[in-house]
Amino acid sequence: MATTHYIGQPTSRVDGRAKVTGQAKYAAEFNAPGLLHGVVVSSAIAKGKITHLDANEALQLEGVLQVFSHQNRPDLAWLDLSYKDMTAPGGSPFRPFYDEKILFNQQPVALVVAETFELARYAATLVRVQYESEEPTTSLEANLDDLYTPVSFKLGYQKPKSRGDFKAAFDQATTRIESEYYHGAEHHNPMEMHASTVFYEENGSLTIYDKTQGVLNSQHYVSMVFGLSKKNVRVLSPFVGGAFGSGLRPQYQLFMAVLAALELKRSVKVVLTRQQMFSFGHRPVTMQQVAIGATFDGKLEAIRHAAYSETSTFEDYVENIVNWSGMMYSCPNVEQEYKLVQLDMYTPLDMRSPGAATGVHALECAMDELAYKLNIDPLELRLRNYAEEEPSEEKPFSSKALRECYQQGAERFGWANRNPEPRSTKDGTALIGWGMATGMWDAMQMPTRATATLTSDGKLTVGSATADIGTGTYTIMTQIAAEMLGLPLENVTAQLGDSSLPLAFVEGGSATAASVGTAVTYVCEKIQKKLLKLAQAANNSPFAKAKLKDVTFSEGYLRLRSDATVAVSLTELMQQNSINTLEEKATALPKLLKQSKYARNTHSAVFVEVRVDEALGSILVTRVVSAIAAGRILNPKTARSQILGGVVWGISMALEEDTFMDHTYGRFMNHNLAEYHVAVNADIRDIDVIFVEEQDTIASPIGVKGVGEIGLVGVSAAVANAIFHATGKRVRDLPITLDKLL
Amino acid sequence: MNSFSYSRARDVAAAVDEVALPERQAKFIAGGTNLLDLMKENVMHPRHLVDITHLELNTIEDTLEGGLRLGALVTNADTAYHEQVDTRYPLLSKAILAGASPQLRNMATNGGNLMQRTRCYYFYDTATPCNKREPGTGCSAIRGFNRIHAILGTSEHCIATHPSDMCVALAALEAKVHVRGPHGDRAIPFADFHRLPGDTPELDNNLQPDELITAIELPPQGFADHHSYLKLRDRTSYAFALVSVAAALELDGDTIREARLALGGVAHKPWRDPEAEALLIGKSATRESFQLAAEKILQGAKGFPYNEFKIELARRAIVRAFEQALTNEK
Ligand SMILES: Cc1cc2nc3c(=O)[nH]c(=O)nc-3n(C[C@H](O)[C@H](O)[C@H](O)COP(=O)(O)OP(=O)(O)OC[C@H]3O[C@@H](n4cnc5c(N)ncnc54)[C@H](O)[C@@H]3O)c2cc1C
Ligand code: SF4
Repeated sequence: MATTHYIGQPTSRVDGRAKVTGQAKYAAEFNAPGLLHGVVVSSAIAKGKITHLDANEALQLEGVLQVFSHQNRPDLAWLDLSYKDMTAPGGSPFRPFYDEKILFNQQPVALVVAETFELARYAATLVRVQYESEEPTTSLEANLDDLYTPVSFKLGYQKPKSRGDFKAAFDQATTRIESEYYHGAEHHNPMEMHASTVFYEENGSLTIYDKTQGVLNSQHYVSMVFGLSKKNVRVLSPFVGGAFGSGLRPQYQLFMAVLAALELKRSVKVVLTRQQMFSFGHRPVTMQQVAIGATFDGKLEAIRHAAYSETSTFEDYVENIVNWSGMMYSCPNVEQEYKLVQLDMYTPLDMRSPGAATGVHALECAMDELAYKLNIDPLELRLRNYAEEEPSEEKPFSSKALRECYQQGAERFGWANRNPEPRSTKDGTALIGWGMATGMWDAMQMPTRATATLTSDGKLTVGSATADIGTGTYTIMTQIAAEMLGLPLENVTAQLGDSSLPLAFVEGGSATAASVGTAVTYVCEKIQKKLLKLAQAANNSPFAKAKLKDVTFSEGYLRLRSDATVAVSLTELMQQNSINTLEEKATALPKLLKQSKYARNTHSAVFVEVRVDEALGSILVTRVVSAIAAGRILNPKTARSQILGGVVWGISMALEEDTFMDHTYGRFMNHNLAEYHVAVNADIRDIDVIFVEEQDTIASPIGVKGVGEIGLVGVSAAVANAIFHATGKRVRDLPITLDKLL
Repeated sequence: MNSFSYSRARDVAAAVDEVALPERQAKFIAGGTNLLDLMKENVMHPRHLVDITHLELNTIEDTLEGGLRLGALVTNADTAYHEQVDTRYPLLSKAILAGASPQLRNMATNGGNLMQRTRCYYFYDTATPCNKREPGTGCSAIRGFNRIHAILGTSEHCIATHPSDMCVALAALEAKVHVRGPHGDRAIPFADFHRLPGDTPELDNNLQPDELITAIELPPQGFADHHSYLKLRDRTSYAFALVSVAAALELDGDTIREARLALGGVAHKPWRDPEAEALLIGKSATRESFQLAAEKILQGAKGFPYNEFKIELARRAIVRAFEQALTNEK
């Protein structure tokens, strides 16, 4: 048997073959005999009410079973609380079909259920809806008079925190910059559309295949809203075709499919269209002001960071935008402000690196502006203000290898050869620019449980109700479990995306690898202990006095650490003792007390080269080096993919992504993938990822900090800074399209 | 999506017969890459589809005059990579390959490309008024988000653009469109094929509803030595043009003997101005000459709040395209 050392190895995805051969099934791909299909009718207005909804023509078609709307919705849970999913922001969650009121454009107003999808889609065009329309308010810029400070208990939200005396320090500073930044709305646009397939079982219980980042969250929502016992609601989500935050909250297709299944006592599938993917949450439009005061030699004295953003009229969506300005650099005086405007739109929704993608962009562009004003190299300016300890909480970092990221990234990129002068490098019609930025994200560990079952044929199954949204959770669970028990990868099966598995949190915040990885480690340790006990029970066992730390598990054997030839095969051990299966459960709780003494974060240094056509303004990002400090890397291949994806997104965010709202209609107009631009292959050239590993058992016992979001943070700023270096033009609005450079 | 019936036409005559029955509200379907999207969005609702993909209009042949005849059902991909097209009409190949994606070009046909409809967001979204989709309801784009809209030849009723790349090259090459109708064949010069919106924005072109495009004829002159197709867009691939330029020159040393200039992404049809081209004849091939032509063709250009930039962008793109044509850089 080959070595069973897997952690830290570039193992290919264990589910890769299933995915590329189509065996991996997604929520919309499950079928049942007699499955019904639901198609959602979306509102054509942003604000007002439905005066008339006539489904007669649709209902007359043979094969159309029902048209659900506010007119015939059965009585459901009454309290707001019942509609609050685990990741809901403060306020009153949207209730589909609640009444005739229209709160946002493309609000679902009816669900047509028919025997076939084609019929349902046709019938949906026959549902006549009349509205009494009011003028919608959807522009952040035009409604800054209505800003207010949100009070929200959304999980992970931290109120902005000022320190020192910004104003006095800013006034005295020898060098000052003040800038305003803006970015438009962005939508997640995962490849897979949101879908729920609800199997109605004979006893009335439900088995639901849902597109979600947390099966337990969907299960909780369904049981609360429909008053069902959790026993009777099983939610599965074995594969997710990307989510990026869009699957954190149960979306309305889940509500609708369940409603129809319960009412019609049949299995029902509801799949949203690409257009409808623009109807339930986005990265909100944000305006930011950053002011920085520094000494002549570049020491930061004062930072002010204010962010103004949008939310719906019914919930306070909040994110940590300005907070980063208090955490990234050593600076005694920091003032932060974060305010919202309520608009006639659906509540925004966490999107990859929520808050940081936005806030760090503004801060890191401002740092570049300051560097130019001071005539100091942008990297040098950051080093001069390096935060040795986390300044807003005044705590040491559990680990922080950012300095090494700067150093290794700069070296790989060739930063030392940079001529700081804007417009100094030309190649034919192109101006070439180099820019850099810092990134920062949280390292989190959430309470998580896992099970493990070892059978006497040497097969191990580990499970937890977590998700794999394309990130590689299956793979790292398998790697950890295989290494812990010294089994070949093929002998290990990881289970996830099933609400009958033990507790795990929604896959978000880059916490999954640390949380689930620790739980799997713990549960495998328990199996290890059982196996050691069995080995010790034999007569004259050479393991008699061994403790767990004195043994290893490798190549299918339990061995003495001091003498690896003293070994017993796991399968023999179980068979000799007539044991068919060993089963264990474990709970991994973060060590809160210990953790609370430290700031736990990931960091990155991003270096970018752009080519900008001098006359035409077209921009190409030709080279990126991203150096990442994110603790221990469980799998450099899947981790690198996460960073690559983040960098691609950062480029896309900097140059392309923008969902534009027509404020007359309060409607996003480019709601399709032809007109909502995300980066395509031709936009992406060389991306180089460096991992600077950190030893950090505070962030999580297995040393993992998470890589899901850090790859994106700072990239858009590095691109914008490179564009400035190339052209001498500071574009403070994202996306930076070519017209802004003409 | 509405419900519809479907038939597959045996031959050209049958196709024309089948589409003609008015009560059918029939449409031809070729690659389907545009029509199906529009049907799914409820923008178009034909009650009958005549599938023309089996018609024998799928060849590329030499014409007696020394040009090339492109069958209406040859795919965009096969056309672009066709040896004769690539060597004699590289401008056309480049324009086609600047459009859409490989998958789409494999499905899309030459006839369908001419007939593709605007990408105006409002046209595509039945929740908003649009004169092109529903005459008389108003134009949402004029006071709405008009970044991708026209700057030339607009009317108060519609400011949409024709989105094709291929057609810009065809306009520059002065192709002819051969069509068959109930009353026989006719040929339409490319300049007369597409229309300006005027007060009938619902009409994109001058093809009659019961006419079938059978072929596109390229005249002998292909400008293989000095041409350029320059497309400016919001990402490097798979995006429609904000502005595109087809530029072609015949040179005698440094002197321009003949010039062609067509713009895409700026009007309801590929935009040409014979006077702008005439300005170049006899001039030396310099930036100054190209600037003059650019000024001329953009005379009368009018921007809207979100697309003002297109005027300056087009001016610079024209100059660049001609400069590229001199050296035939990609
Ligand atoms: C996402 C996306 C991006 C695209 N990007 C670009 C781009 O960048 N540049 C570009 O130029 N194009 C682009 N296209 C458009 C593409 O080129 C057209 O959709 C395609 O050329 C249409 O050809 P088809 O054969 O599929 O037409 P169909 O969809 O089959 O038909 C379109 C219309 O033409 C009519 N028709 C078809 N054949 C005939 C005929 N022989 N005679 C009379 N009428 C006929 C049909 O009745 C229908 O009304 C893009 C399309 C998509 C979906
Ligand atoms: S520009 Fe033309 S297609 Fe667009 S909304 Fe106006 S009328 Fe309709």
